[in-house]
Amino acid sequence: MSPDTKKTFQLDGKEIPFREGQTVFDAAMAAGVYIPHLCHNPDFEPHSSCRLCTVIVNGRPFASCTQPAVAGQDVRSDTPELNEMRRALTDMLLVEGNHYCPACEKSGNCRLQATAYALGLQDSHFPQFFPRRDVDASHPDIILDRDRCILCGLCLRISRSVDKKSVFAMTGRGITTTIVVDSPSGLLADSKVSREDEAVRHCPVGALMMKGEAYMVPIGQRRYDVSPISEDSVREFHAREEAHNG
Amino acid sequence: MASKRKIATCSLAGCFGCHMSLLDIDERLLELLELADFDRSPINDIKEIKGIVDIGLVEGGLCNAETVRVLQHFREHCRVLVSVGECALTGGIPSMRNHLSLKSCLEESYIRGVGVENAHIPDDPELPLLLDKVYPLHEVVKVDYYVPGCPPSADALWHVLSALVTGRDPHLPPALLKYD
Amino acid sequence: MWREEAPPAMDAVRGILESHERDPGELLQILIKVQHSYHYVPDAAVELIADHLRVTRAHVRGLVGFYSFLSSTYRGEYAVYISDNITDRMQGSTGLATYLCNRLNVKLGETRQDGRVSVRFTSCTGMCDQGPAALINERALTRLTRQRMDRIAELINSRTPMEEWPAELFVVEDNFRRSDVMFRRAFEPGAALKAAMLRGGDETLKSLQFEEAVDPSSGHAWRRGADETLKELYRSDLRGRGGAGFKAAIKWETCRDISAPERYVICNADEGEPGTFKDRVLLTSYADMVFEGMTICGYVVGSTRGILYIRQEYWYLKSHLEAVLARRREADLLGRNVLGTGFAFDIDIHWGAGAYIAGMESALIESVEGRRAKPRKRWPLPVVAGLNRRPTVVNNVETFAAAATIALKGGAWFAGHGTGHSAGTKLFCVSGDCERAGIYEYPFGVSVREVLRDCGGLDAQAVQISGPSGVTITRAEFDRILAFEDLSTAGTCMVFGPQRDMFDVVRNFTQFFRHECCGLCTPCRVGTSLLEMLVEKVAAGKGSPVDVEQVQSICQLMKTTAHCGLGQTAPNHVIDSLVKFRGDWDKRMKTTDFVPAFDLDAALQEARQLTGRDDAMAHL
Ligand SMILES: Cc1cc2nc3c(=O)[nH]c(=O)nc-3n(C[C@H](O)[C@H](O)[C@H](O)COP(=O)(O)O)c2cc1C
Ligand code: SF4
Ligand code: SF4
Repeated sequence: MSPDTKKTFQLDGKEIPFREGQTVFDAAMAAGVYIPHLCHNPDFEPHSSCRLCTVIVNGRPFASCTQPAVAGQDVRSDTPELNEMRRALTDMLLVEGNHYCPACEKSGNCRLQATAYALGLQDSHFPQFFPRRDVDASHPDIILDRDRCILCGLCLRISRSVDKKSVFAMTGRGITTTIVVDSPSGLLADSKVSREDEAVRHCPVGALMMKGEAYMVPIGQRRYDVSPISEDSVREFHAREEAHNG
Repeated sequence: MASKRKIATCSLAGCFGCHMSLLDIDERLLELLELADFDRSPINDIKEIKGIVDIGLVEGGLCNAETVRVLQHFREHCRVLVSVGECALTGGIPSMRNHLSLKSCLEESYIRGVGVENAHIPDDPELPLLLDKVYPLHEVVKVDYYVPGCPPSADALWHVLSALVTGRDPHLPPALLKYD
Repeated sequence: MWREEAPPAMDAVRGILESHERDPGELLQILIKVQHSYHYVPDAAVELIADHLRVTRAHVRGLVGFYSFLSSTYRGEYAVYISDNITDRMQGSTGLATYLCNRLNVKLGETRQDGRVSVRFTSCTGMCDQGPAALINERALTRLTRQRMDRIAELINSRTPMEEWPAELFVVEDNFRRSDVMFRRAFEPGAALKAAMLRGGDETLKSLQFEEAVDPSSGHAWRRGADETLKELYRSDLRGRGGAGFKAAIKWETCRDISAPERYVICNADEGEPGTFKDRVLLTSYADMVFEGMTICGYVVGSTRGILYIRQEYWYLKSHLEAVLARRREADLLGRNVLGTGFAFDIDIHWGAGAYIAGMESALIESVEGRRAKPRKRWPLPVVAGLNRRPTVVNNVETFAAAATIALKGGAWFAGHGTGHSAGTKLFCVSGDCERAGIYEYPFGVSVREVLRDCGGLDAQAVQISGPSGVTITRAEFDRILAFEDLSTAGTCMVFGPQRDMFDVVRNFTQFFRHECCGLCTPCRVGTSLLEMLVEKVAAGKGSPVDVEQVQSICQLMKTTAHCGLGQTAPNHVIDSLVKFRGDWDKRMKTTDFVPAFDLDAALQEARQLTGRDDAMAHL
């Protein structure tokens, strides 16, 4: 093969070009194909924990955010079975926490909600867990509302690798897993977190938020009110690629 | 034309917002009335469903014995039961009390609360007794369809109702799917 | 409930810290020692440890909350953990736990007010052939009876130091019921390693004493041993004994061929799969064979460092294992200059702290590195980038034992036993309703019926192969064979007699997976909880076909989307049970209509109490 021949794989019957080392997810998004995802933010290392981006590669399921693209492979993503599973996963994330969308400052900017919309999650099948989780409003600028945390791990990863502070960690295990804050009291107020931190800016839901910014954009005109997450993510991905390339 | 469909509605632990939204379908209400009659509903103040109705719309979650009884009555008398609004689907805002014990809720309201006189927890048998928690409908009866939203928009309600009355797919198009 | 009155003195913590390097990888090992001496990890200790290792407190708390033998609250001078495998339950563990709690006047899961004792359940402790079993302060209790519980309660109430407890309470037997070609004879330390090093040598070399053969000045061509031993391993077709059956030779060769400044050999003795106890027996009676297999692996792949990662349930083996290692060092079978050949290799022991997921290889490596045992991303594989991101061989205890045998006797010899795709012999852990529970060595290909005949369990209605994550087989399938071609297995056979209600098995296993899920990924974290709720709903007689449908779709979801083997296999037993023992489900389902999971009338109880009402409208 000559070096300038583009390598490709098939995604739902469509030819997708990719660069060596790219994941299935990145190649798909670059080609304008949205794959639902929540724990992944292409600016940071993938983590493959939410499992929404699961695709079928040559007959076997893999998380596309960590699966390397290989020439000629057959990938299925937008199938009724997978979308049904993604709806169930999203529903699981909703019932295991306490998500009061009507009263949530993040509504309209929330990736969990927007992804549920994109998947057409209209029915409830699971019982609500109604867990009792702590809210930490101790910090002047930042609030941590664990009710809404989907354990995506983004704040941990970003605080560790970008902010170099490791303010967040997880404790417990299984269904009791929760976010803990690194400070003597366990509260944000006496931790090293600050409003400049990247870690507090990328929470996909309303769990980790800046105080005082919640209603700057009115409900109804927010990010995913204006444009569905399927289009928004692809646009954002392209903007990022362009920024990287030039 | 086949005989008209019958619809019944009720509001449990909700705020009547979903019903207001239903009234917001405006002139389409007339169109609906061509196709269906309203049986028990706050709209006409009929309290009990007689016989069997085709579609039951239930707003609000379950917070006390009364809401459970009404829901069970609906399930028994409705061919198709629709859970309407966030409170019905998830427990909604009323379920924020699930973080607290019932005891602390009642004491806060009736004993320790500001301006409380003659402090005691009401025990009048006329009053519906509270459940330990607020529950979504589908945890107590089988629910056939769901319309999320707080409240669901008039368009969303119209979409689902007209679909059910005419036998179309009641799934909401993306633009009408909202949880807030 | 017991409460901390004043923070305890931190001298012991300081002492522990002094004996460990400032390496974050030491964190779990330090926490285990702190838990053992304080019976919890006090906040003050968290501060000191974090400071010493230069990790965050949150990170330390993260581990304390993850591993079930660590805790941030006081577990009492005597911490009792009752093994909660289905085999323990079949032997009466549930009743015994209540009995002990009554005798001690303590609530299950809580610490007695005086801080003396706590009693709780724990996942299978690996004593299924001599249950009901338990742990008390890191020691294993077996064959529990009411009489023994009386003794134990007395010893606790009289505050008798553990060293003075009667030894008979702690007797653990091998119960090695049948041996075949691998374990028929005692293992001679060093023989396999020497054979490996000299392999490929000519007749003259073989005729020499080992020391002469490897003498650098003699110029003998003995250095082909590593390559030749790898060839033997290929010839043997040895497949991993930990369950997945991956070919050992491929793993070793891959590790060897990746260029790296360092590589590691890890022996997986986490043995967390309920019903499995062969690794315990190997480490008790064949530890030399296992360590020698690891050493040979180090020799073949070019590693200097081996690690035995072992579950804390086997803490009672600590001094024995350390003694074996010390003996091997003395005999130059480990150390800087193994057998005078210049090859350096040594083995450390790393302890687990109560987590089934730590047996999954990338989670195990995380644990060795001093973190929560959370599986890593799927790629790269540990053999490419494992411990410290260096190439790492992770093999099961039995795999290393087999490798030692192969080094000694050759690959062809090994491949001469077993079946076409499953070479060699295998240890099976037989427990449950049979006359002779214990360890059985068979060549691969033995039928389930043969095993049942030998252990005296032929009237079984079902056998659980490979533990809760494996397969449930029924009478009609007893002629199936144990081998990778048919019933692939890490060697566990739990036998269920005709008197058993197979739904109890499902309840036990769903509880196990809910408890052991690491919490990383959505389908397993939420799915294991939902499955437990739904199974308990059916158990309570409130299940309907709607619930069963939901169970089935959750199972499919987990199989397809879970991140690791735990979540992918957790639904297996439910799926099997729904197909093969549907009657045990159906008899609990009294209605075809949907029924709430909770009792409506009970949901009014709190309000009835608060209002003092009991009229007709106050009930549902
Ligand atoms: C949840 C889970 C638990 C596991 N537990 C063990 C274990 O206790 N012991 C073991 O040897 N392998 C266990 N494994 C398999 C290991 O990941 C790995 O495949 C094995 O140690 C490789 O050794 P082998 O090739 O010699 O079998 C487990 C896997 C999973 C997914
Ligand atoms: S707080 Fe937000 S970013 Fe952090 S784990 Fe939870 S959902 Fe993810
Ligand atoms: S499948 Fe379960 S144990 Fe495995 S990563 Fe996911 S949550 Fe953890």
